[in-house]
Amino acid sequence: MSKTAAEKIFSEKSGTDSKSGDYVVANVDYVMANDITAPIAIDAFNELGMKAKSDKIIIIPDHFIPPKDINSAIQYKKSKDFAIENGTWFYDIGSGGVCHQVMMEKGFAAPGRLIAGADSHTNTYGALSAISTGIGSTEAGVIFATGKMWFKIPETIKINLRGKPKKGVEGKDIILNILSTIKNGGAAYKCMEFSGNINYIDINERMTMANMTTEAGAKCSFFDTDDKTIGYLNQRNTGDYKIVKSDENADFSRIIEVDMDDIEPSIAIPNSPDNVRIATAVHEKIDQAYIGSCTNGRIEDIRKAAAILKNKKINKNVRLMVVPASQDVYNQALKEGLINTIVESGGYFSGTTCGACLGGYMGVLGPGEVCISSTNRNFIGRMGDKSSKVYLANPSIVAASAVLGRIGTPEEL
Amino acid sequence: MINNIKGRAIVLGDNVDTDQIIPAKYLNTSDPGKLAPHFMENEYPDLVSHIKKGDIIVAGKNFGSGSSREHAVITIKGLGISCIIAESFARIFFRNAINTGIPLIEAKINVSEFDEISVDFSNSTIMYNGKETHFKEYPEFLKNIINSNGLINYVRSGKW
Ligand code: SF4
Repeated sequence: MSKTAAEKIFSEKSGTDSKSGDYVVANVDYVMANDITAPIAIDAFNELGMKAKSDKIIIIPDHFIPPKDINSAIQYKKSKDFAIENGTWFYDIGSGGVCHQVMMEKGFAAPGRLIAGADSHTNTYGALSAISTGIGSTEAGVIFATGKMWFKIPETIKINLRGKPKKGVEGKDIILNILSTIKNGGAAYKCMEFSGNINYIDINERMTMANMTTEAGAKCSFFDTDDKTIGYLNQRNTGDYKIVKSDENADFSRIIEVDMDDIEPSIAIPNSPDNVRIATAVHEKIDQAYIGSCTNGRIEDIRKAAAILKNKKINKNVRLMVVPASQDVYNQALKEGLINTIVESGGYFSGTTCGACLGGYMGVLGPGEVCISSTNRNFIGRMGDKSSKVYLANPSIVAASAVLGRIGTPEEL
Repeated sequence: MINNIKGRAIVLGDNVDTDQIIPAKYLNTSDPGKLAPHFMENEYPDLVSHIKKGDIIVAGKNFGSGSSREHAVITIKGLGISCIIAESFARIFFRNAINTGIPLIEAKINVSEFDEISVDFSNSTIMYNGKETHFKEYPEFLKNIINSNGLINYVRSGKW
């Protein structure tokens, strides 16, 4: 029987011959939790009173890290104590970063693996041909104890990418355009598989695209493995992995054709990531420009921003926040002199954290404020006050807007 | 078995996301008592004061979309909500509710604020304003989890 990549991986991990729609209990290769989700998972784990499957567990504090207040410090400490007591993987302040970026950098994400993460953007590792999916905390606690979880095997939507992206079009623009077609919730419970001319899309951009399949409600995402994937993995300590691919005649629930030639640099306007406009059509004045997060806080993103900001000053009415997605990204930016460039332009460059991406701290928006952000969500109140507004765009547009003082594109500089 | 439920309707719209259910600034705790008072506070600041234990949330499409925060379910549990009826649920919210033992029903019903609703799980029927709507039964696998009153008990029972 021909199968999709998702059907193959779930079948293998559950020791069954299953197809989409079937419920299986599958062995999970890795389970990840952060400082928000781990504390509840630890309570669930403790209720079970079993021994931890330590080699499968990765704890990565990131949301309110370094702790923003006493409650956050309590949650952080609880996560850290659990990790140390049970000998799990643990990435502390100074070595870790945003959980998904760390999972990819440190080699946990690799082809053919099944990874569950107590964070909705766990979908990101599909960029490296893994099936990875967001779960809740109670179930993360159950995986800590048993190494297994129940899943309904998803149907797969195949997205066939044709043509070649224009200059200035990044992975962010491609996924925003796909979201505007599929809509929020339009891929609910499904796997979004990207195929076709993926060779034009670098791994960091694939991560952005895989990351935002969550905004379509997808359970997971999947990119085929190619030379770019192998190139990324070869620089990391991944251990063994197995390359899996959908069969040509597998049963896809829907096939969407996307002509990348037709895509323009784009912006998602409030209050939904699927509310997409061509970038040149939006000119709103901004108070804040934010570059960071598991969506677009990688070294490639910071390089793009620095290239635009070089020898320029940001607009005096704007604060530019640049927040690297991990300590490794921070270190690399330091080495390449990118931090200097950004700081000299008047930007603020911080250590790694989720911070303001979820309205946590370090760049929270006040009433009526407007932010252009390289993150993934622009729901009401996502980055601060309920009357603040968030526009989502690629990091080049965010950097250009910081200089212009309003939303605009690099071409306008 | 899941007990039958009677309660008043608390009516919400489409795409109620987890940032609305419980804003991120409260995620530095997982205490139901501390979370519950902030349910939907950005959209409907007075809503919580009108909610009584046993009330039933009735919503539209894609309820619980957004983040994986189990705090959303904990908040709703903390309010004493007995059941959520929505046209559709977002994936992780659905899992969290099943795994922590809050009954969810996928159905579209037309009710007004505080209308009386009763749910009979034995024949999968919702009754309201003299009308009846049937809903799809859970698949066997999920029924086992719900009937165990959540995933932890199910795993403990050794059936896993
Ligand atoms: S950076 Fe933002 S989207 Fe990514 S895990 Fe952190 S809060 Fe979530």
